[in-house]
Amino acid sequence: MEAAKVKKESTRDGFGKALLELGAENKDVVALSADLTESVRIHWFKEKYPDRFVSHGVAEQDMMSAAAGLALTGKIPFACTFGAFASGRAWDQVRVSVAYMNLNVNIAGTHGGISVGEDGATHQAIEEIALMRIIPNMTVVVPADATEAFLATKQAVDIPGPVYLRLGRAAAHFLEGSDDFKIGKASIKRKGKDLTIVACGHLVYTALQAAQHLEKKGISAEIINLHTPKPIDRETLVSAAAKTGAVLTVEEHTVCGGIGSAVAEVLVQECPVPMKIMGIDDKFGISGSPEQLYAHFCLTEECIAEQAEILVKRKK
Amino acid sequence: MRNGQEIIELKKKAVKIRKQVLCMLQQAGSGHTGGSLSMVEILLSVYYGRINLDPARSVCPDRDWFVLSKGHGCPALYAVLADLGFFPEEELMTLRKMGSRLQGHPQRGLPGLEISSGSLGQGLSISVGIAIGNRMEKRCSRVYCLMGDGETNEGQVWEAAMTASHYKLRDLCAIIDYNKLQIDGFVCEVKDPGEIKKKWESFGWHVEEADGHDITDLDRAFDRALEVKDRPQIIIAHTVKGKGVSFIENKAEWHGIAPKKEELEKALEELTAIEKKIS
Repeated sequence: MEAAKVKKESTRDGFGKALLELGAENKDVVALSADLTESVRIHWFKEKYPDRFVSHGVAEQDMMSAAAGLALTGKIPFACTFGAFASGRAWDQVRVSVAYMNLNVNIAGTHGGISVGEDGATHQAIEEIALMRIIPNMTVVVPADATEAFLATKQAVDIPGPVYLRLGRAAAHFLEGSDDFKIGKASIKRKGKDLTIVACGHLVYTALQAAQHLEKKGISAEIINLHTPKPIDRETLVSAAAKTGAVLTVEEHTVCGGIGSAVAEVLVQECPVPMKIMGIDDKFGISGSPEQLYAHFCLTEECIAEQAEILVKRKK
Repeated sequence: MRNGQEIIELKKKAVKIRKQVLCMLQQAGSGHTGGSLSMVEILLSVYYGRINLDPARSVCPDRDWFVLSKGHGCPALYAVLADLGFFPEEELMTLRKMGSRLQGHPQRGLPGLEISSGSLGQGLSISVGIAIGNRMEKRCSRVYCLMGDGETNEGQVWEAAMTASHYKLRDLCAIIDYNKLQIDGFVCEVKDPGEIKKKWESFGWHVEEADGHDITDLDRAFDRALEVKDRPQIIIAHTVKGKGVSFIENKAEWHGIAPKKEELEKALEELTAIEKKIS
């Protein structure tokens, strides 16, 4: 596999750099903070455009509704906080103030997934994909590397309705082909014929590693980066499922309602094939290093390869 | 300052709006009667001669904004907007019906109505966002936000109160329809708000109190608020839930029900009697 360059960068960094550029490109772009300015990487924007930075303090609900107000006046707000709070604490505000009015509000939820690590369950957002994708009008994006995060941030501005960006804290490997990123268009990272592995976020890289293990065992895995859980790219998913006949999904998210569910919703109706959904098995996170947590929740390349092997056998 | 004749006209307008609200609710068979009737004069003081907002200017960037945070009171707002010509009055009777633009709680898209609401506590934050956005554009727009008293149970209201004073949003004027009742009963029994005026003052707001059914007194409060240049303002409007109909007034059970046909007839009779006494 020729993927990964050695260089790594977090998706929150990719977001923060794009926001800084947007500041110069579009005078209507504003950033809203809930006391996590540097953690969510909007300190660069704040430094350069202090007049377009709004500090709400630790008040995510207020921030989310105020973002709606700003959008009503023609501004393009980015409401930024940890994903656990953006999607959980302020869910009703996202639903009613933002999405019901279908406003151009962009929500940056950093610290997504268990790779947050030591902070533990309260700060590890593992429900946002579900919580956000069930809201009408919402676009949900999970960039796999900093390049995708950068491009997603730029593209979000041009989407008239709300966009939720799920961003990570830990550095992520740069992947080949991220420059072609387009919201809504799933990218095929590796061609294969025996099964399709659909992943998002940090685990796209892990899935690519798993594909190498599988190749040694004579299993050819296709890898799809489903960076946009909503609107979902039905065409790419259905044609992949039809071709390989088995689909394994992998995500740093509860198995209830995440990309596994989203993919299943498509395939069960349009191209039913054997499936396995890998993720956090209806449990809360715990403290630990990202690597320890990936191992604890069976989200390593070895685990993915093992589940893929079992799944391929189910095809017969 | 309105002259005597103008006040008489608005008093008659208040009766007309209340009658329409009751007819709409009876036709709909459900809805929020008490809180719609308590906010009528507040709407009149704002919408007639004060707010820079009319059907011809509804998309002007420097228009004023009105945010109905207590979305359940929308029948009264709908009646006012129709009276002002934002949409035909005949449409009022489609309230809550399938296909109507007059949704059970406000939905953006109805002419004159720019903010969807219904989940309490969000309107003041939305208003804060509007005020900040307008300030960034150096627009001379004022934002009015009408909340319920029970609504201030919501923590988000106080988050917004702090943000508004932190940013010294002088163009933001909130109003509390202080009718002293919420669904479960008296506000002071459900969760005692204590000294409301002191609370808002301590949050950095300029506070005015007014008789929420006296147009002249409301006008005075709004005028004084307008003079404040360094902080957001709030009008605590003392009102009567269900105002204008004896058997609806001050009854918590009338928060979320509509009058039946015979109740409507009796209510309309009472309002006609009130109208006859206007001078």
